[in-house]
Formats: sequence, structure tokens, C-alpha cells
Amino acid sequence: MTILSPTWTAILYLVAAVCFILALKGLSSPKTARRGNLIGAAGALVAVITVFLSTKLDNIPWILAAIAVGAAIAAPVARRVQMTQMPQLVALFNGVGGGAAALVALLELPHTDDPWVRLAIVFTLLVGAISFSGSLVTFAKLQELMTTRPVVFAGLPVLMGLALLAAIVASGFIIATGAGWLAVVLLVLGLVTGVLLVLPVGGADVPIVISLLNAFTGLAVAASGLVLGNVLLVVAGTLVGASGTILTRAMASAMGRSVSGILFGAFRGGSTAGSTDVSDRPVRSSSAEDVAVLLGYAQRVIIVPGYGLAVAQGQHTVAELQAALEARGTEVVFAIHPVAGRMPGHMNVLLAEANVPYESLKEMSEVNGEFKQADVALVVGANDVVNPAAKSTPGSPIYGMPILEVEDARQVVFLKRSMRPGFAGIENELLYEPQTTLLFGDAKDSLAKVLTAVKAL
Amino acid sequence: MDGVALLTITVLAVFVGFEVVSKVSSTLHTPLMSGANAIHGIILVGAIIVAGQAADGWTLALALVAVVLATANLVGGFVVTDRMLEMFRGRPSTGSGTRRSLSSSKRARGTVAPASTDPKESGR
Repeated sequence: MTILSPTWTAILYLVAAVCFILALKGLSSPKTARRGNLIGAAGALVAVITVFLSTKLDNIPWILAAIAVGAAIAAPVARRVQMTQMPQLVALFNGVGGGAAALVALLELPHTDDPWVRLAIVFTLLVGAISFSGSLVTFAKLQELMTTRPVVFAGLPVLMGLALLAAIVASGFIIATGAGWLAVVLLVLGLVTGVLLVLPVGGADVPIVISLLNAFTGLAVAASGLVLGNVLLVVAGTLVGASGTILTRAMASAMGRSVSGILFGAFRGGSTAGSTDVSDRPVRSSSAEDVAVLLGYAQRVIIVPGYGLAVAQGQHTVAELQAALEARGTEVVFAIHPVAGRMPGHMNVLLAEANVPYESLKEMSEVNGEFKQADVALVVGANDVVNPAAKSTPGSPIYGMPILEVEDARQVVFLKRSMRPGFAGIENELLYEPQTTLLFGDAKDSLAKVLTAVKAL
Repeated sequence: MDGVALLTITVLAVFVGFEVVSKVSSTLHTPLMSGANAIHGIILVGAIIVAGQAADGWTLALALVAVVLATANLVGGFVVTDRMLEMFRGRPSTGSGTRRSLSSSKRARGTVAPASTDPKESGR
């Protein structure tokens, strides 16, 4: 149907673009975030209705059916997914978006002879395909369908270089000739490159790669907008590309890593691969009852939740522990490292799900000065983010990463599964310090035992 | 629309994109990533245009695949972001449970001195 004039179409696309900007703006503050997201969804609805009313379209029943299928698949999954599994779902949604952009570009190739448009097409194809396959690999890593450790083999850098070189050559020929079969070759090369790009990335760095691929998909969408001459796609894609780039850098700097270090570090060796040796130096381990006494008679407790808490799904138990301690008059806050959990901000989501008010969640910069006044720092399933080696050992793989300074607290209690080092594979000297107590076991079980003991005090 | 106008819009959008997220707290990194992820699902508009102009069966089939994928990105992205944000509730003013009222009275005196430590400095 072409009910809407080009002017009205442009105005409605502008409305949608403004909605997207407001959505991103709103998402920058907890108070306005949810409304921001709804504004974004409303903008998307406006845009989709506009395209139906402004463009001469065939096959409308088919298109509507396809939309229904997509929504029927995605909405229930998004509704039901466990909050701990959400990062991989975001990766998956990002990947399919990239795939869609690549397909759109592939199908537009026969309709143009303009070399500039063909340039935008090859860009969309390549970047969309990289985003698609890369996101599927990150999904597999996070879902633990494959190893979360970096996968590196001898010829990997060479293979990757060859794939990229071949992609550039193919792109050149496509721009010159517009050959459709070469576009399929380019698509395959993009898929291979995406897999090779993500394989060497270690589990802890995967979230940053998701963010990077998110920005990639944004750029692919922007380029597809240039292909179709659609301003809304250009604006929305560019917004996501730009904000995704900033976000990726913010996440990487929170981990004290550079983006190139994450992507190519494993090639140079030793960036994320550390030892998994178990030390036999003496530590002070203790019972749940002792830990309960420490906590129950403390004035101020700072809980440091980490990856282990997310894996053990202990967020509800830790929230109950906070409530039980506060009922006794102990002040309890959570110190959230920027990369705690499986994704930056993931821990905040998990604790929010367990009804911990976000006022008790303190960011690193806010809480680091408070450890000196804390009686007990309770570290649950975290290791690298509290490892003083990040400050004191220049040779350490995590050197330079900002950490939570739990060593300043009067007592430090670690709930750990074992003495195995954390993801970075480096020993934590803090474990052997005199003020440190360890309680071994699954984070959730240990928390439950401590909780019972606190209630019995 | 001519090339220069599109370029202008692109460059301005880059700056807007940088600007709107430059001050976001790490608390919201995950929802922001997820929200931005939903926004690029708007590639659905492109997929619809391509599907609506498909001349043969193969093109239509591939374009419809693109429509399904883009819809999954768009709808799934917004829904999962909303679910995440639904959980970012502040402290409710009417605490029905004991836990709420207890903890809020605690917090009143418990707010602590502002942090003096910059994470970047202390990290080095």
C-alpha cells in the first residue's frame, strides 16, 4: 500500500529515530530505563507500520506470517529464560539480527549497478555474517555447549589472515562486477571469520565480545540502510554502532583490558590462559557456624558477589542472608565489580531479581573506600576481582585491572568451591593472609548453611 | 536522498550515539547492551521491503527468513530488556514485608561517606 506520502513517511521515520535516541538515553538511568525501553519498542512499532503503509509491497500475507513466526519464537523464549542464561540469549538475538542484515544485502545486490551501493552491500554482507557466526560461537561458549577456555591452534592467525584477504579480494570483484555467486562466497568467508574471531576469546571476556558484535550488527544495519536508501536504518544502525563501541570500551576498561588484547591476546599467548594448579599452602578454613558468628556480630558487612554466585544460582539465598543480618542490626551492602557475573551489570540484574533494592548495590568506585570501615568482607564466588595481585604484581595477567579492595576489611571471608585459582589462573595471596577465613563448598549451599546458622544465633 | 545528506545524517548519528551512552553506570551496561541490541532489530524494515519486492520464489524464501530473524531480534530484544529492567525496582515506599521496613530504617543512618578512591588510579 502507498497510503502515506514520502513526506509523511520521512516524518514518521524521524519519530521512530527520536524514539530510539530517547530509548538509549532512558536506559542510562535506573529510574527511566524501563520507560526508555518501552519508548524504543513503540518507535519500532511506528517504523514497521510506516513501512507497510508507505511502500508498494507484494507478498504481504507471507510477510505477516513470517513476522508472526519470528515473534512467536522469540517472545516466549525471552519471557521464560532464566536470568542467569540471559547473556547468551542477548548474543543469540544479536546474531540473528546480523544474519538478517546480511541476507537483506545479499538480496539487494542484483538491483544495483552503483559501485558505492555495492560497497555498502559487501560491507553489510561481511560484517553481518561475522556478527551472526561470532554470536553463535559466543552463545555456545556461554551455554557451555563448548569449552569456555580460549581455543587456539597453530594455524589460526594464518587462517584468519587468509580468510580476511580472500574476503577483501572477493569484495573488490563484487564491487566491480556485481557477481552474485561471489557474494555467496563472501557470506561464507564472513561466517568463517566470525568463528575464527571468537574462538580464541576466553570465557570471562566473552561478554565484551558480545558487545563488540552488537556494535558490528549496528554498523551492518546502518550500511543496509545506505543500500536501501532508508534513513531510519541508517540512523538506528549508526546509533547502535556508536553506542556499542563506547559500551565495549567501557566494559573492557572496567576489566583493565584493551579490546585488541581480548581479541588477539590468545594468539600472543598467556593472556587469559593461566595455570589451574592447586596450591597446597596452608589456609584457614572454617565452618558455617563460625562464619555466621563473624557476620552476626559485625557492625558493617560488605558482600562481594561474583561469577560463582551466578553459577550456583545463589542470588536468592544471599538476599535472604542480607535480610537476616539487617534484621539483627548489621549493615549490609553489596560491592559490585563492573564485570561481576557473566556480563557487566549482570550481577545487578541477578540481585535485583532476588529483590535486593538497587540502593544496596554499590559500584566499585563508590564502595572501595568503605572496606576500611567494614568488619567483614564476604566474598562469594569471586576471586580475580578481589586479587591484590592486580595492584602489586606487574607480571600478572590481571595486572592493572581495577579490583575491589577487600584486603582493607578487618576480616575477609571467602566462600569458594575449591582452592583452584580463578579464571585468570593466578593465585590469590589474600587467601593465605591471617585475616582471611575460607568456607569451602558450592556458593548456594554454603550461603544456605550460613543463613541457617545466623538465624539460630 | 543524495549521498551527502545521508553522510551528514550518519555523522550526526555517530555523535548522538556516543553522547547518549557516555555517562552510563556499569549497573546498566547489560540492559543497555540488550536495549541497543533490540534497536538494531529494526533491520526488519529492510527485510520487509526486500520481501515485498521479491520477484521469484528463492528471493522471497530468503527474504522471509530475514524477516523471521529480524523479528526475533526486535521482539525478543525488547522483551528480554523489559524483563531485566522490571527487576530494577527501587525500595518500595509501602513496605509490606518485614524485610523492607527493617532495611530502610537501617539505611537512613547507614549512608556512608562518598568514595574517594578512583578505580583507575587504585588499579595501577
